Amino acid sequence: MAKELIKGNTAVAEAALRVGLEAYFGYPITPQTELLEHLSARMPELGRPFVQAESELGAINMVYGAACTGKRVMTSSSSPGVSLMMEGLSYIAGTEVPAVFVDVVRGGPGLGNIAPAQGDYNQIVHGGGHGDYHLIVLAPASVQEAIDLTGLAFDLADKYRSIVCIMLDGSLGQMMEPAEIPPMQPLKAEIPDWAVRGNSDGDRRILTSINLDPPAQERMNYRLMTRWQEIEANEVRFKSYYLDDADFVVVGFGTAGRIALSAVRAAREKGIKIGLLRPITVAPFPNEVLEELTEKVKGFLVVEMNAGQMLEDVRLVVRGRKPVEFFGRMGGVVPFPDEVLTEIERLVAVPLTTNGHPRDRWLARMADVIG
Amino acid sequence: MVMMDVPTRVVYSRPEALDPRVTHYCPGCTHGISHRLVAEVLEEMGEVENTIGVASVGCSVFAYNYFNIDFVEAAHGRAPAMATGIKRVLPDRMVFTYQGDGDLASIGMGEIVGAASRGELLTVVFINNANYGMTGGQMAPTTLPGQVTTSSPTGRDVKRQGYPIQTAELLSTLDGAAYVVRRSLHNTREVRRAKKALRTAFEVQKHRLGFSLVELLSTCPTNWGMSPVEARDWVEERMLTYYPLGDYKVSPAVAELNL
Repeated sequence: MAKELIKGNTAVAEAALRVGLEAYFGYPITPQTELLEHLSARMPELGRPFVQAESELGAINMVYGAACTGKRVMTSSSSPGVSLMMEGLSYIAGTEVPAVFVDVVRGGPGLGNIAPAQGDYNQIVHGGGHGDYHLIVLAPASVQEAIDLTGLAFDLADKYRSIVCIMLDGSLGQMMEPAEIPPMQPLKAEIPDWAVRGNSDGDRRILTSINLDPPAQERMNYRLMTRWQEIEANEVRFKSYYLDDADFVVVGFGTAGRIALSAVRAAREKGIKIGLLRPITVAPFPNEVLEELTEKVKGFLVVEMNAGQMLEDVRLVVRGRKPVEFFGRMGGVVPFPDEVLTEIERLVAVPLTTNGHPRDRWLARMADVIG
Repeated sequence: MVMMDVPTRVVYSRPEALDPRVTHYCPGCTHGISHRLVAEVLEEMGEVENTIGVASVGCSVFAYNYFNIDFVEAAHGRAPAMATGIKRVLPDRMVFTYQGDGDLASIGMGEIVGAASRGELLTVVFINNANYGMTGGQMAPTTLPGQVTTSSPTGRDVKRQGYPIQTAELLSTLDGAAYVVRRSLHNTREVRRAKKALRTAFEVQKHRLGFSLVELLSTCPTNWGMSPVEARDWVEERMLTYYPLGDYKVSPAVAELNL
């Protein structure tokens, strides 16, 4: 298939149905809406269910119900809508049924704005809903990568009976880029054994997240956690750029990682030995490669479109052994490559410290810029 | 003792769709009756092996333990959304929710109105016992004016706590709703009428005529602080006046079903 100029939201929607999306349930919210609109036309064409729900609560619980039948189902929303979905996500996780959702992240907190941001990292990566569970979280940096990760999302959801989130910065949802969408694939033929169907085979199935007996709930949580260990061992994905001889490393995901790459390239042209680590799975987090880098580099710069949410995951790995600095823009402000380049130049020029918190130093530096 | 050779005929037995186990419901609670009615109807329609139930949060949270059918358990109030998801991907299955008044008429009002207005091909069994049963008898949207509950200890004051919601009447205004009726379980005659209504509701779904809901006035002797008999009388004397029994919506297509 040839490349076409396509918007991120539309591309993910079309990719999802081509990899076998059997039902979609959603609610309009900017900057995600084109995804819903595209499927509102395409799903009925293919004879597949599309429901515009009464709310994000409705949408995620429709996904919950449909997921209990073992079909490939999904929803999409943006930050404030995703906050509403947290209840449903916890129930889906607690019932161990596979589901995919797309969060086209916008500026917050509160109603915030509709500009691109990465402020949902903590909510998505570190839980959000109640109880012990993890989501697999994929963070693309281009429209093409978003397409490719959509197929992966459904495969991982099925494989681990897990929720997979495609965390698409608002910029990627709205941006048009040349990209290639995979050809139409057949729908999943087999019904998983655990799926409800009406007990036509005489085998009654009950899907629930309730375990009134605490030891039973504990066993279930143990199962979820050991499955997560398996996911951590097998499903980490990241992209590295110029890391072989790097003295310093920028860490950034999604749009921030992509912008940082431009800055890294510009810095390389100036002879600065710097590389980029771009996590593609922000959950599971690429701890191992970060550990290896900690041993050999002089320092890190974490770049995000939030106030340093992934920063804490980086610091957990680095554990004060090497200096970590932070640069971010928040609330829907997208950093320019020049700003990141300035931060890189500062990183390699000033004496670095492992004392204090990088967020405090960043806030002090930004006082004149933002405050 | 002389054994007489008299032909015998089974006239009453436990429906196979009901699991033979002791329920957790209190003595005198009518959940057992409504479970049985649903089971009988599904069995008589030959739908037991083609049905998926959606349990809700409330006293009926464990309903799935008592039916011999596939079941899922929804979050509080979200059963109609979950049922929508199931029905849309398995359109030839019978899908029903079983919800109480706190679940459906308070926290789940958005989901039930959404499902009814879309005309989802679902059947909703709605238990109205005028309080939150499972959490110990708090004021529900259906609690009557003046009714004492653990969270309206001096009686529901409509000036401060608002008025009860008449769910069947409210949902009957929606075009997607094909069959919305209120019945009661407080005496034998009404139980028989309730069963007929449930049969109609499931037939409405089977014939794909739209959304169907049967509201069932039910007893909660434990939380009402009454004996089962007193509770039955309280339904008759107090609830029926605020919640009149009747057919609030019977679409022309449903009327033509002629059951």
